[in-house]
Amino acid sequence: MGAIRLEKVKKSFGTLDVIPGVDLDINDGEFVVFVGPSGCGKSTLLRLIAGLEDVTDGKILIDGTDVANEAPAKRGLSMVFQSYALYPHMTVYNNIAFGLKMAGESKDVIDQKVQSAAKILNLTDYLERRPGALSGGQRQRVAIGRAIVRNPAAFLFDEPLSNLDAALRVNMRLEITGLHQELKTTMIYVTHDQVEAMTMADKIVVLQAGRVEQVGKPMELYNNPANKFVAGFIGSPKMNFLGGELAAKHNCHEIGIRPEHLAVSTESGVIAATVKIAEHLGAETYLHVEADGLGPMTVRATGEMPLGEHDKIFLTPEQDRIHRFDAHGLALGAS
Amino acid sequence: MEHKQSPLGYISFSVFAWIVGLLIFFPIFWMVLTSFKSELEAVSIPPSFISFDWTLENYAEVQERSNYFKFALNSIILSVGSTLVGLVFAVTCAWAMAFNPTKRTKDALLWMLSTKMMPPVGVLVPIYLVFRDWGLLDTRFGLIMVLFLINLPIMVWMLYTYFKEIPTDILEAARMDGATLPKEIIFVLLPMAVPGIASTMLLNIILAWNEAFWTLNLTTSDAAPLTAFIASYSSPEGLFWAKLSAASTLAVAPILVIGWFSQKQLVRGLTFGAVK
Repeated sequence: MGAIRLEKVKKSFGTLDVIPGVDLDINDGEFVVFVGPSGCGKSTLLRLIAGLEDVTDGKILIDGTDVANEAPAKRGLSMVFQSYALYPHMTVYNNIAFGLKMAGESKDVIDQKVQSAAKILNLTDYLERRPGALSGGQRQRVAIGRAIVRNPAAFLFDEPLSNLDAALRVNMRLEITGLHQELKTTMIYVTHDQVEAMTMADKIVVLQAGRVEQVGKPMELYNNPANKFVAGFIGSPKMNFLGGELAAKHNCHEIGIRPEHLAVSTESGVIAATVKIAEHLGAETYLHVEADGLGPMTVRATGEMPLGEHDKIFLTPEQDRIHRFDAHGLALGAS
Repeated sequence: MEHKQSPLGYISFSVFAWIVGLLIFFPIFWMVLTSFKSELEAVSIPPSFISFDWTLENYAEVQERSNYFKFALNSIILSVGSTLVGLVFAVTCAWAMAFNPTKRTKDALLWMLSTKMMPPVGVLVPIYLVFRDWGLLDTRFGLIMVLFLINLPIMVWMLYTYFKEIPTDILEAARMDGATLPKEIIFVLLPMAVPGIASTMLLNIILAWNEAFWTLNLTTSDAAPLTAFIASYSSPEGLFWAKLSAASTLAVAPILVIGWFSQKQLVRGLTFGAVK
């Protein structure tokens, strides 16, 4: 079991409220991703759940029991750190076995659990090596192995893929998702990378300045962002925000259109624009344009587009994909 | 751009370094040489370097007059004892300061170090009286306490600088793995800090071994280490240079050997944190 509930969890450093008060429900077996820009409090929130930071106020319930004042080890959670945090003086075997030894497990049980974790993570051939003799990906697997063997109520991941190169990051992302499908244990994953959030999560929690901006399934956040911040943070490239006459036409302060929801034409359309930079990726083309009277916009077109600098184009937003926002940045319903 | 050293600069630096090295080494060399001379040759002018009658007489006489091994044993017990006791306090203290710092941690560290700037003679009388009243005069226990306390600031500083280099994540990982505080320190922190602890221990042993002020003032015979052994050869009737040199050679020999073999470790410990 691994249902986690946060009730008015607050964290202050002196007079500074880093987390002003968060309420959150995480169901057993769910893969939840905390996402937000640097300094938004996502790692602090994870550390509060882990017990590595003390809460200033509020409750942290794991399977109904308040653990806010319990030591980290008593909470039955495992954590994977960004820096891997492996014990450099121990072999891979001893790194994975350390938690079990601390729990006073017998040698046979430890051996059986370590071997089975090593098998799952393809580490069997490396058990006698020290972390220094492993690659980044292997080290991260050892860190995950160390988390798995303790059979925790939930896994906590603190930006675990940030130190890996792009190709390895994609591989590890798939491995962690696969692991979640296999273990079906609750996982809380912190990242600033919205692609990781969208691809891995059952539920995304978007944070800004210690506050929860929106909680929902990835596609819910993409299709129905609660406010401008979420709308701009989820989706890549970023949503275009346009004010002025165009917004007034939709009875709102500002409208948001995702780059992929703009049709491109060289003959006619709603918005006239000039291409500044064209990025040709093969499968798609990113156009960074200057829209007449509206300022810079980004367009994501499918396939190869034979466009370049100074080319005049016309853009037409998909009407049912237009997001409307009021003066406070809150989302309004469909027009 | 890489800075290139001119051959002339290289040679002059080398010559200068050799001169400094020889100046520092010469007194020790001269002491060892004198210990093999007779008393008459030891004070002869001009001094003889090689062409004298080499003799072991001084060593035999020194051992006969005062029991070298008793003093040496005291030196070992005092230096190793004070280092081990100091380590227990210094490790925990440095752990707290490195991993749970407060706004005042830096001030506390500086204050600790500032106690080393006070002349020891300033507290001689109160400490002497405490020792007398508590029956600690001329006891190994009393001296271990004093030596451990005077070197504690340096031990804390060295370990603090070393611990600062250890990522906090690793200790937090141990906490998540269920390690209690003592286990976190014993199984994770200490093994990672072995080089730092080794150099701290070595330096502390050397400092305690060479400490003469307190060892001379608070001991007479039972707990007297090699510093008192040397001092006993400077008498009001005049100095016996050859015997004094033999006694001194015997006193510094063990620490010289330890220092020689561990110099790499010592330099690393002293400069740790200074450069990345």
